[in-house]
Amino acid sequence: MAMNRIGVFICHCGRNIAGTVDVKRVAEEIGKREDVVLSTTYIFMCSEPGQKLIEESIKKYNLDGVVVANCSPTLHEKTMRNAAARGGLNPYRVEIANIREWAAWPHEDNPEAATRKAIRIINATIEKLKANASLEPIEVPVTRRALVIGGGVAGIQAALDLADAGIETILVEKEPSIGGNMFRLSETFPTLDCPQCILTPKMNDVAQHPNIKLYAYSEVESVEGYMGNFKVRIKKKSTFVDWDKCTGCGECLRVCPISVKSEYDLGMGERKAIYIVNEQAVPLKALIDENSCIRLQFEKKVREGKIKPKKAVKICSKCADVCEPNAIHFKNNEEIVEEEVGAIVVATGYEVMPAEAFPELGGKYPDVLTALQFERLLAPSGPTAGIPRRPSDGKVPESIAFIHCVGSRDPQNGVPYCSRICCMYTIKQAMLVKHALPKTAVYDFYIDIRSNGKGYEEFYHRAKEEYGVNFIRGKVSKVYKVGDKYRVQGVDTLTGRIIEVDVDMVILATAAKGSTGVKELAKKLRIPYDEWGWLKETHLKLRPLETPVGGVFIAGAAQFVKDITDSVSQGSGAAAKAMTLLSRPQLEKEPLLAKVDTEICAGCGRCKDQCAYGAISIDPVRHVAVVNEALCEGCGACSANCPTTAIQVVNFKKGQIIRAVDVLAEVF
Amino acid sequence: MKYTIKKDPHEDERVQEIIEISGQNIFSCYQCGRCSSGCPMAEFMDILPNQVFMYLQEGDVDTLLKAKTPWICAACFTCTVRCPVGLDLAAVMEAIRELQLRKNYDFVDPYKVEERDILPPIALVSNFRKFTP
Repeated sequence: MAMNRIGVFICHCGRNIAGTVDVKRVAEEIGKREDVVLSTTYIFMCSEPGQKLIEESIKKYNLDGVVVANCSPTLHEKTMRNAAARGGLNPYRVEIANIREWAAWPHEDNPEAATRKAIRIINATIEKLKANASLEPIEVPVTRRALVIGGGVAGIQAALDLADAGIETILVEKEPSIGGNMFRLSETFPTLDCPQCILTPKMNDVAQHPNIKLYAYSEVESVEGYMGNFKVRIKKKSTFVDWDKCTGCGECLRVCPISVKSEYDLGMGERKAIYIVNEQAVPLKALIDENSCIRLQFEKKVREGKIKPKKAVKICSKCADVCEPNAIHFKNNEEIVEEEVGAIVVATGYEVMPAEAFPELGGKYPDVLTALQFERLLAPSGPTAGIPRRPSDGKVPESIAFIHCVGSRDPQNGVPYCSRICCMYTIKQAMLVKHALPKTAVYDFYIDIRSNGKGYEEFYHRAKEEYGVNFIRGKVSKVYKVGDKYRVQGVDTLTGRIIEVDVDMVILATAAKGSTGVKELAKKLRIPYDEWGWLKETHLKLRPLETPVGGVFIAGAAQFVKDITDSVSQGSGAAAKAMTLLSRPQLEKEPLLAKVDTEICAGCGRCKDQCAYGAISIDPVRHVAVVNEALCEGCGACSANCPTTAIQVVNFKKGQIIRAVDVLAEVF
Repeated sequence: MKYTIKKDPHEDERVQEIIEISGQNIFSCYQCGRCSSGCPMAEFMDILPNQVFMYLQEGDVDTLLKAKTPWICAACFTCTVRCPVGLDLAAVMEAIRELQLRKNYDFVDPYKVEERDILPPIALVSNFRKFTP
């Protein structure tokens, strides 16, 4: 069965390989092998004529195995396997010998050694190839449904695009309303559109679209399965209100006696214990906050035995009394629903560092706010109706300082990266202050103004030339209270002197990070993330929407902080990626998977414990390991842990690897 | 060195006066530095031309009135031609000089100019024009 008509194709890769490795000599040496019938070189194996060469040689020499010595298999393994398949050879009888990254590039200074190393790598690859089996791809069915996690602008766009393509889409949002951070904003740069005006039509489309199932105030509990066939458990958090009956009339809000700080307004405004996030919420439904409602708190304490009422006590039920449709029932209605989907788009967005994280910049003072909090004060729908007022005393500020790069570009005290959107929103906020309060002095302390977008630089110049915003280049180091005012101590690096100015309010453009809880979600989805909570793409430039887990895509600020334009583009892009997957009738899967030799397997279960994909189970009757081919990713963790080599990855069997290593390890 | 901004520089009367005399919106300067890098006289100045604009944008006219820079500026217009936002820097320098001269202070006393017999008359004329009200 062993192959004895092998063809070896050595690529010059222009001068990348041939400049260092003597490819002619390599071809001659390899040609001396008995099992090799063809050993040749070509300038670019990946080119069309190069692939043709493989196709034709397979037919001409009746090859039963092919080794292509070129670059890393991540680049052209697929190209070469497809070429072989066109020539009539099973694609799994093609192996790549990486002589560019392993021989030519690292040994540029020693061509002789590089040449010998290349020969050795090819010999080892031939040894591995000779025991390769012919394989056929595995076919997997596809569930034509999609899940979008996160109802910000990117998630909304992805859900709408998917739904418009006729794919049933589930949108999960952890907050009681979709809209995300964009809905909190006052106006948007550089066009100064009102985000409520431009986002509500999309939000309403989500609510009314026949193909979209919206789970607001819900979170993804667990994800099982694989590309094309995910099983997702979604937790619908308890609202204590029957949303099927609630009409969103808002009567209950008026009578509720309890007021607490509103999360939607980021602590700038107040809401009741029973609340609707905002007037334009989708879904427009009321819910009760268990931690602030006196009735629920009382009932909880009774349940826990902390209070033992002697007789039945009637606790506040004002909201339920005025509720005409009788929707408020005070009962815990937490529920887990299961959904099956074929693709998942993760659009979990961002959050900003709190002002409190920067005490030197006055983060502890009530009038020192983050920019996102200040958005609420500038928003016409916000707690101050668009006229910014100091949270401490309600005074209209006569002067405001904005500080850029708070925590951004600061690996020692925050994050090393530029948060990308702060320059533009700070300029926008400065403009909006001037709109609302033309007499208010605005000071903008920046390190650089980064305005890299369509119409952004022009926007900056407008702020400078027309709006009367004062820009000072230099980062502020200290903000402290002097009487009623806050003294901002900065520097002007352009004139080289310290600048001091007393202002009424200070706005910090704090660094953006991935949303809270995104790391836990990423673990459930088995997708990678970095230390700041950004989800990692497969390739930063060429595959920015994909993750290493097939069928899971990322969009918007979940990957890295983005402006609205980019988030929407990515939402559509991720939806298109998901559509590509879901439009196929069946998925093909690489057959390089773990296989169990049931004659040897003792059913010890070590492989089962090691499998990260839950693909292995132990057959209770035969007492052997069984691999679920649909779940297996062929990583080999099971094989490495098997005490008897009963479980092995096809075409990566122990014998093959040992023989290859033997060749590589021969003494020079 | 330390400078305290007392009021919005946009509201400063003297900054407004310079804007009025020169006809230039000094706040449109975004500090690229091209004026200073191309100025043939910059090496003799105590404040670089781009810094002049920064001082103006911070409302610090006092420092500029004490500075040599506006008087060293030869009004060759290299900066004006090269400015990316189209500011006429020479006009602003002239405005600063004007502001100083309007205080009726003579920088040059004609009677104290040495060797005035051998100086070309045009030098004296331009000297009086530039340094006296």
